[in-house]
Amino acid sequence: MIDFSLNYFELFGVPARYGVDVEVLERAYRALQNEVHPDRHAVGTDADRRLALQSSARVNEAYRALKHPVLRAQYLLSLRGIDAGDETDTALPFDFLERQLERREAVAEAAQVADERALAIMLDAVRGEARLREQELERLLDHESAWDEARQRVRELKFLTKLADDIDVAITATEA
Amino acid sequence: MALLQISEPAASPVPHERRLAVGIDLGTTNSLVATVRNGIPVVLPDDQGRPLLPSIVRYRDEARGVDVGYAAEALQARDPQNTIVSVKRFMGRGLADFTDDRRFPYRFIDEPGMVRLATRAGIKSPVEVSAEILRALSVRATLSLGGELAGVVVTVPAYFDDAQRQATKDAAKLAGLNVLRLLNEPTAAAIAYGLDNAAEGTYAVYDLGGGTFDISILTLSRGVFEVLATNGDSALGGDDFDHRVYCWMIETAGIAPHSAEDTRLLMLKAREAKENLTLHPNATIVATLSTGDRVDLTLTADTFTAITRTLVAKTLTPLKRALRDAQLTPFDIKGVVMVGGATRMPQIQKAVGEFFGQPPLTNLDPDQVVALGAAIQANVLAGNRSPGEDWLLLDVIPLSLGLETMGGLVEKVVPRNSTIPVARSQEFTTFKDGQTAMAIHVVQGEREKVPDCRSLARFELRGIPPMVAGAARIRVTFQVDADGLLAVSAREETSGIEAAVTVKPSYGLSDSDIAGMLQDSFTHAANDMVARALAEAQVEADMLVAATRAALTADNDLLSDEERAAIVKAMDAVVAAREGSDQRAISAGTKALNQVTGDFAARRMDRGVARALTGRRVDALT
Repeated sequence: MIDFSLNYFELFGVPARYGVDVEVLERAYRALQNEVHPDRHAVGTDADRRLALQSSARVNEAYRALKHPVLRAQYLLSLRGIDAGDETDTALPFDFLERQLERREAVAEAAQVADERALAIMLDAVRGEARLREQELERLLDHESAWDEARQRVRELKFLTKLADDIDVAITATEA
Repeated sequence: MALLQISEPAASPVPHERRLAVGIDLGTTNSLVATVRNGIPVVLPDDQGRPLLPSIVRYRDEARGVDVGYAAEALQARDPQNTIVSVKRFMGRGLADFTDDRRFPYRFIDEPGMVRLATRAGIKSPVEVSAEILRALSVRATLSLGGELAGVVVTVPAYFDDAQRQATKDAAKLAGLNVLRLLNEPTAAAIAYGLDNAAEGTYAVYDLGGGTFDISILTLSRGVFEVLATNGDSALGGDDFDHRVYCWMIETAGIAPHSAEDTRLLMLKAREAKENLTLHPNATIVATLSTGDRVDLTLTADTFTAITRTLVAKTLTPLKRALRDAQLTPFDIKGVVMVGGATRMPQIQKAVGEFFGQPPLTNLDPDQVVALGAAIQANVLAGNRSPGEDWLLLDVIPLSLGLETMGGLVEKVVPRNSTIPVARSQEFTTFKDGQTAMAIHVVQGEREKVPDCRSLARFELRGIPPMVAGAARIRVTFQVDADGLLAVSAREETSGIEAAVTVKPSYGLSDSDIAGMLQDSFTHAANDMVARALAEAQVEADMLVAATRAALTADNDLLSDEERAAIVKAMDAVVAAREGSDQRAISAGTKALNQVTGDFAARRMDRGVARALTGRRVDALT
C-alpha cells in the first residue's frame, strides 16, 4: 500500500529539510491517509486490513516525526548517520544546564504551592526559548550543514521540550 | 454465522449491492440504532415509533428470557436486583473501581478483570447484559431494514480505556454483530454536526451522557475530521446528578434506611425532578414508599444548581486539560457542540457558555446526534460511499499506554492523544547476568506510578538466551488499531534468536477472565498470526455454539428429531475441536455446523418475520 523502504520525507514527497512547509506536509499526510487508513479498507480481506493498519500507523509515525521540532531534527541527523537521540550522552554546556536546573527548582517551588499563574509564565518562557532553538536549527541544518552544532541544539531543544512538558504536568496537578 | 445473522434471500431489499450498515449508540441510560437511508441519517424507531431504547435489561423469573428496554424499565422499581440499569458503568471495571457500590441495588460478585452481577438467571457479566441491549437493537434494525446487517459501528465514550473498549467490542460480538469500528461518541457527534452544517474550523464537543463525560477538541477542514485532544471522566454523568437529588431528598425528608425497591423508586423520582427543572423553576417530588411513608418535596432550580455545582465544576477540569493538550485557548474554539441528554440541564449550558464565551450549539438533538454520526460512519465503512463523500476521520487514544519498569514506575510508550492507528516500539534490556525471562506489565494512564494506572495485561517473555546484564535487546511493540484497541508484542533480538509474545484480550477464550487473555509463543511474528487465527476461530466456534444452543432452546419445535440430532452432532464436533489447538479443525467444524443449521436459521427467520408482521397488523388495526 505504501513503500516501507522510503524515508519519511520521501514518503510525503517533501524536501529533506528542517524548515518544512507545514501546510504542504499536512496536505500530503491527509492525501496518504485518505488511501491507506483502515476506514478505507473496513470491508477488505484480513490481509488487506492488516496492511492498511500497518501502512496507516507508519504514515502517522512519519507525520509525527516530521511535525515535531525535536524529532524532525533527530530524524534529519539520523539520515546522515548521526545519532542525536542517545539518552546516555547527556553532555550539555554548563551554563545551559545551570540555568535549567534553576528553572526546575522554580517549577518545583511553584508546583508545591499550586501557583498556576507562575507556572504558566514559566511555560511561556520555556516555549519561547524552544522556538529560538528551532530557528537556529533551521539555519544550522538547512543552510550551514553544521551537523555537530545542530546535534548540540537538538539536545538543548529536547531538554527544553521535556521541561515544558513537566511544567504542563505540574499545571495539570494544580487543578486536581 | 447463519443463526445469528439470519437472511431471507427472497426479501433482499435493494436491487443494487447496498450493504446494510447501522450505527449503534450504546448509552448508559438509552441506546439507539440509526442508518443512512437515501443519503440521510435516520434513527430507527421501535414498532411503536419510539426512537430510544432504555438501556435496561431484566432477567425474568418465569420462563427463561429477558426484557429489554421499556418493558424492563416498567418493572425496575418492583424487581431492582434483576433489572440492570446503567450497565455501561460496569464495563471493563472491577468491584474495587466503585467507591460507592452501595448506591447500586445489585448483588455484585468480585471477579478479576470485571465485576459480575448475580441475577435470578445466574451470574451475568456486564458484557452479557450489554449484549442483550445490542441484540434488541440488532433485531429492530434487521426487521426495519428487511435484511441481514453487513456491519455495525458501535460508539464508546472517547475516554473509555482499553478494557472498557474491549468489553464493548466483545458485547457486540456476543450479540452476533460484525463490528466495523468502535467510534468515539464525541467524534460521531462531530461527524453528524459537521456534515450537516458544512462546518470548518476548530470545535469542541462537550458530551455529558448518563454515566460518562467526554470532551473532544477537533478541527474540521477540507473533509478531514482530526481529533486534536480528548479528555473526560468515564464515571461522571447524568446519573450522578440524579444521585445528588436523591441524597438531598433523603436528607430533607429525613428518610430512614430503605429497601432496594424504594431506592430505585426514589432514584426515578430524582431523575424526573431533574428533567422537569430543564423547563420549570420548580419540581414537585411525590412518592409513597413501601413502608407507607410519604415523600412530598419541592426542589427549586436554585437548590438543584447548588447541590450539583461540584459536578458541573468536575467537567471543566478535563475541558481545560484537553485545550492545553491541543495547545489552544477557549477563544480558539469556533463552536461548542453539546451532546448527551444531560447537557439539557440549564446550569450545564450556562457553565459551558461562560467558559467558552459563546452560547453552545444545540441545534441537533443531543440524544440522537451520536447514533446519527455512527450511522454515517457505518455507511461509509460498509462501502456505500457516494461520490464526493470522501471525508476522513483521524482519531486519537485518550490515555497514555506504557510499561512497568524498575521501582514500579511507568515508562510511557504511546502518549495520550496520539493519532490512531499507531505502532511504536521501545527497547529494553536485562538487568541481571544470565537472565532468561522478563516480566512485562502493560498499563494505561497518566500517573507515574504503576498502582495509580490501570493494569491492562501481564505476560512473561521467556527463552531469552543467557547473556551478561544489559546485553539482551528486548523490543516491545505497542500497536493500537483504529478501534483504539491495543495489542502488545515483545521480541528478543540478538544473535538471530527471536522470541515473541502477543497480548490480545478477547472474550470467550477463557471463562475466568474476559478482559485479560494472553497468547504465548516463542516463534516468529508469522506464527503470532497463526495464534491469532486460532484465537479467532475459537471465539467464532464459541459464539456459534452458544447461538445454536440458544436457538435450540427457543425454537426447538421447528426441527424434526433427525434434524436436531444432526445439529447436536455437528455442535459436539465443534466443541471437541475447540478443545484442541488445530485452527483448521475448528474452522471446518464451525463451517459444518453453519451448513447443517442453515435451514433451521431460515425457518427461524420466517417465524421472526411472521411474528413481526403479526405485530404490525395488530398495530395497524388499533
